[in-house]
Amino acid sequence: MELRAEDLRKGYGGTAVLQSVSFTAGVGITRVTGSSGIGKTTLLRILLGLERADGGTTNAGCFRWAAVFQEDRLLEQLDAAGNLRFALGAAYDEAAARALLAELGLGDAGGKRVRDWSGGMKRRLALARALLAPSDALALDEPFTGLDADNRAAAQRCIARAAREKIVLLVSHEDDALAGAEVRLQ
Amino acid sequence: MTAVEPRKKSVRLWAVVFWLLVWQGASMALAALYPHGALLLASPLSALARLGELAVTAAFWRAALTSPVRILGGFLLACALAVALAALAARYRRVEELLAPLVSVVKAVPVASFIILALVWLESRQLPFFIVALMAFPVVYRNVLEGIRGTSRALLEMAQVFRVPLSRRLRGIYLPQVLPYFRAAAGTALGLSWKAGTAAEVIGLCSGTIGERLYTAKVYFQTADLFAWTAVIVLLSVLFEKLFLRGVDALAERWCA
Repeated sequence: MELRAEDLRKGYGGTAVLQSVSFTAGVGITRVTGSSGIGKTTLLRILLGLERADGGTTNAGCFRWAAVFQEDRLLEQLDAAGNLRFALGAAYDEAAARALLAELGLGDAGGKRVRDWSGGMKRRLALARALLAPSDALALDEPFTGLDADNRAAAQRCIARAAREKIVLLVSHEDDALAGAEVRLQ
Repeated sequence: MTAVEPRKKSVRLWAVVFWLLVWQGASMALAALYPHGALLLASPLSALARLGELAVTAAFWRAALTSPVRILGGFLLACALAVALAALAARYRRVEELLAPLVSVVKAVPVASFIILALVWLESRQLPFFIVALMAFPVVYRNVLEGIRGTSRALLEMAQVFRVPLSRRLRGIYLPQVLPYFRAAAGTALGLSWKAGTAAEVIGLCSGTIGERLYTAKVYFQTADLFAWTAVIVLLSVLFEKLFLRGVDALAERWCA
């Protein structure tokens, strides 16, 4: 199982955002790095099929993806279980969901609607949704935003575990403990 | 869902009592000034008394049931058409372009013109149903279309990545977004439906309806009857608006929570 991208290019209104990006990523963590505005999110969006590249090729469409987006993208009117059921459908496993939510420090969130949650709680729920969804590949765009040290460590443990059997592309400005290959955008 | 919130009470009891007293005073003044002054403006008390007399007749209940059935039938048809066409218009720009002139014409042309034109084509008993559907349609269509257009692109992308099927997207993303728009439109359209429907009944002389009773009251100068039947229309309109909106809220609570 290997994700491949060759000569990916993307521009907006004549301004090039991605310039000839090529890489391969296997099972495990691959960090996507580069300065702000270099196109890390754009690269993930292309791989997720949300944008079309101006040029180049990728086999990203062959994988089933789950993602943590730059924003939480949760259904604010629902609680944690409602959000997970929405994204996972028949794949929702209550016991697995409870265990992961507890590991991420959301065990006591109960039936409270997400709109009443803090930013850090929402971020962890967005991560739980991506980790629980049936997928071959994960695109994680700044998953640690708004998390304190303890919660970040818990999130890193969960991601590392998922990376044993999935391709994980990780965009993060945090200098975290997750080791892996690197795609540096320039 | 944030928009399904209880409306602030804008009509105060003291203000209602004040205007009823003004009405009673004006009626008594006209009766004192002119020999047949009471005919010009029946008092609220005489209108209430007349309503009591009418309420024990079978004809009253026949009219009070016939009119709502036709008016609400037209309103429900308008809602169904408006939601379906708004969904199509949101998806296909050409559908919106095709409907735009029609919607503008219906909004601009006086309801009386449509009623008289429709009288040429339809039987008078079908008239309120058709006119109400025509008048309520643009209000619901435009609001629902605006609601669909306002749906979060970010959430739709999330649903796309997680391969959420359309049925679940409708329930989780579209309904919570569109229901507040639909609720607001339905409230406005229901009030409009009663006005347009009653006007159609009056002009079309629809047999056994509230509109026909209003017309009779006008012909025989029975202002107490006129006010009594008007009160019935207002009561029915408020009752059905509350029932319908409560139903929409229950639906929102069940589907979106």
